[in-house]
Amino acid sequence: MILVWIVMLPIIGGLIARLSGRFGRTFPAWVCLGALAIDIALAVGLWLGAGANARGAWIVETKMPWIPQLGISVHLAMDGLSLVLVALTFFLGICAVVSSWTEVKERVGFFHLNLMLTLAGITGAFLAMDLFLFYFFWELMLIPMFLLIALWGHENRRYASIKFFIFTQAGSLLMLVAILALFFIHGRATGEYTFSYGALLGTPMGYTTELLLMLAFFAAFAVKLPAFPVHTWLPDAHTEAPTAGSVILAGLLLKTGGYGLIRFVIPLFPEASFNFAPIAFALAVVGIVYGAVLAFGQTDLKRLIAYTSVSHMGFVLLGVYAWNELALQGALVQMVCHGVSTGALFMIAGSLQERLHSRDLSGMGGFWTSAPKMGAVMLVFALASLGLPGLGNFVGEFLVLIGVFSVSPEAAVFAASGLVLSAIYSLWIVQRVFHGPQKITVADFRGHEMAAMASMIAVIVWLGLFPQPVLDLFGQTLKTLNVTTARPVETGIDKFKAGPAVYRINLSTGVQKK
Amino acid sequence: MSPAEFSALLPLLILAASAALLTAVAGFYRNHGFVAGFTMAAFVLSFASLFFAKSAAPVAVTPLLLVDDFALFFMGLTFAASFVLTLLSYGYNGGAEGRHTEYYILLMLSALGAAVLAASRHFASFFLGLETLSVSLFGLVAYMRTARGNEAGLKYLVLAGASSAFLVFGMALVYAATGSMEFSGTGALKGAEGGAVMTAGMAMIIAGAGFKLAVVPFHGWTPDVYEGAPAPVGAFVASVSKGAVIVVLMRLMSGALLPGRPLFIFLTVVAVASMFAGNLLALFQENVKRVLAYSSIAHLGYLLVAFLASGTFAAGAVAFYLAAYFVSIIGAFGVVTVLSKNGSDMEKLESYRGLARRNPLVAAIFTAMFLSLAGIPLTAGFVGKFYLVAAGAASSMWLLVLSLALSSVIGFYYYLRIILVLFAPDPEQGPPEFIHPAGSAALIALFAVLLFLGVYPGPLLSLVGAAAAGFGQ
Repeated sequence: MILVWIVMLPIIGGLIARLSGRFGRTFPAWVCLGALAIDIALAVGLWLGAGANARGAWIVETKMPWIPQLGISVHLAMDGLSLVLVALTFFLGICAVVSSWTEVKERVGFFHLNLMLTLAGITGAFLAMDLFLFYFFWELMLIPMFLLIALWGHENRRYASIKFFIFTQAGSLLMLVAILALFFIHGRATGEYTFSYGALLGTPMGYTTELLLMLAFFAAFAVKLPAFPVHTWLPDAHTEAPTAGSVILAGLLLKTGGYGLIRFVIPLFPEASFNFAPIAFALAVVGIVYGAVLAFGQTDLKRLIAYTSVSHMGFVLLGVYAWNELALQGALVQMVCHGVSTGALFMIAGSLQERLHSRDLSGMGGFWTSAPKMGAVMLVFALASLGLPGLGNFVGEFLVLIGVFSVSPEAAVFAASGLVLSAIYSLWIVQRVFHGPQKITVADFRGHEMAAMASMIAVIVWLGLFPQPVLDLFGQTLKTLNVTTARPVETGIDKFKAGPAVYRINLSTGVQKK
Repeated sequence: MSPAEFSALLPLLILAASAALLTAVAGFYRNHGFVAGFTMAAFVLSFASLFFAKSAAPVAVTPLLLVDDFALFFMGLTFAASFVLTLLSYGYNGGAEGRHTEYYILLMLSALGAAVLAASRHFASFFLGLETLSVSLFGLVAYMRTARGNEAGLKYLVLAGASSAFLVFGMALVYAATGSMEFSGTGALKGAEGGAVMTAGMAMIIAGAGFKLAVVPFHGWTPDVYEGAPAPVGAFVASVSKGAVIVVLMRLMSGALLPGRPLFIFLTVVAVASMFAGNLLALFQENVKRVLAYSSIAHLGYLLVAFLASGTFAAGAVAFYLAAYFVSIIGAFGVVTVLSKNGSDMEKLESYRGLARRNPLVAAIFTAMFLSLAGIPLTAGFVGKFYLVAAGAASSMWLLVLSLALSSVIGFYYYLRIILVLFAPDPEQGPPEFIHPAGSAALIALFAVLLFLGVYPGPLLSLVGAAAAGFGQ
């Protein structure tokens, strides 16, 4: 039941926030903070108890019938992968609420309702173990996100919001068709008509069918991730969204794409995925380099950060399709760290926009004098983004590159060039905004903004210096994924089974095989 | 007439008697409130009598009618929809004027026609039901006697006439080929070698019904009629009248639709064309009623996916989708209805600007109805669309299923566009519109049903599953 509460709490909090909008501008924000704080406490509690409780594959699991006529159940389950992503969801949710504390002035209650509904949809998608339920949550997050962009966004919000919605919907409708096809294929083969994830794994089907279904799932997740060439909605949506919307988009919504690839695409369609891997590598590498190059050419601060997301999420795609333990661990750490660091960069961009009413880089410069705290924070996250050792993003990208190197050295080499480019654009941002002659003065960060930033820095540093607890949590999931994905040996996909080795990462001794 | 037959016919008898009684009473007492209340009571009674009929079903009453679970399900849907539309019409027609009496009589008669269609198993009852429905609707469409209303009524009359001509000719050809006017009699030849006469006859029947369903290429009249008709009547044309024709076609063609045969290919083309044409043409409309008209063309295209899939599962999908579609489209027209004043409908998209601030509840309901038409979760439309895609996938009709998915992506654009207008700020923020309490009650009820079906569709799924069991053979 605790999982049901974890999903319901944001919805309840959002409804109360909507109703309480009339009591004052900050009241809804406090309600949301309260709900999210309880949720994060629940997640941490599960984390602390995880070692003791985890007997089977799941840390905690809830299952009850919902629409028995169609074999649909409310099946929520949490393993290490879900737990970390759910904790990230609530953490960034709190940051998003804080970041819109003074930015949102109109329809405050309704704004917070949409924010919380998006978070509930994302949480549900991370926990659903029934494909219908997953699709339900997958769709549920879109409308409130659409409204967040369309109602509280910047100048070009209408275009951006509709583009966002139509891109993601086109992908997910293809996935819906594939889910139903899988449902019937499984039902005909076994006589059991169900949407249960556990049952659908290992559904026997012909190779062509598997390939087509895999492509349909991949389409949905590639749009969200986003992978080149279906990334074009992202710069528009991220740029036009209000700060909280950008934080959630970059920090969480993109992660649902990566999660879907790991949880669904490869375990459900291992053979087709294996053969598809070279294409996925190519798309990932193109995305990494292309995103970085385009980022360099932007004059709009938020648009620049948006393109860096395309580049960084390429590493996730790369790591997932390498499908070995190192690369997957890397992809997951990269998802968390990118969520935090890009979220923080969007929050800085948002507070600059709030102060300057502009995102144009040419109008900025020399802010360090008037806003040293903001400058220092920006520097930290810029360094995180370029992959400075000691910060979390380094761990993620490094692990991905090692893992990919053993599968495809070429992909690793080209992807590594993305690191060089990210160094250029990250430092360039800091230089353009905070150095040079002082054009105008801006007010520095206030208390609540510094509190959010400090906690985000703490997370990044923690993951950079001591990622082992998170890697251990992921490790459990990877073992079960490994078991569920394994197919009979004659299909010749041994490469897809993660090796038995357990890697330990330790800053003093480097990577060790244990 | 045996007691079983009597109870099976009870819903139809009550409705017919009420219409006759009201006609008689209208001679001397024409109070608007009384007439509307009487009509609602008639629908409630007919609905209640469905439970008596259920205990007798399935029972064949004369060679003309077959009252089975599926017919009763659709009658229930029709009566519930008509009840809600009466409530909406009461607020819409307004005042205590006496001139509205015939409106309600016609509404009852058209519901009666739809109910007969749903139960018919013979060409005679098919034709009679359809004519009862069309003739009453012709009166309703033109009821307000505005210039546009008259135009719409005339258009509808001409089309109804043309489609009846096709239908009768088609029936004659089928009769010539099979020697039977009963659907079951034609069934012997349906799947096997029907010959050219049989195929031509069926094609003409489909063409005649196609006009009623407003599927491409028989859709040309729809936007004008929807625009000219009073909003509640538009809702009736879009929902009950189309649903009844779909149900009778299902009975007629049950087992006849074999993949690869000419009729199947023809209907596939019609379905794909309707989905895309409906959604594409809706993109550039500035009139909400016209948007709904094109949207309904697309929705009938979606419905044909399950229709073509045929079989028990698909029949359940059709029934569920009809229920979900009825709620959404009546809800959407219902919002137009409650906002309309003094005989002029609020139909310009621009006049909805800022509605979310003036009437937050109405705007929320309108949004929910559009999201349901678009098939977004938490609404009935989502489950309905899911069921349709499932029915198509179960029969491996991938072309149709993919067309459904892709064309509904186009549809998102215009639904979202309307939703954005609702929430956009209005420079000249007017006062909140007055909403008639009857209208609000109807809308809130529809909203509740929409959410209930979206979150907990189990009970209705069981119901349609049981109702569709007869479509196995």
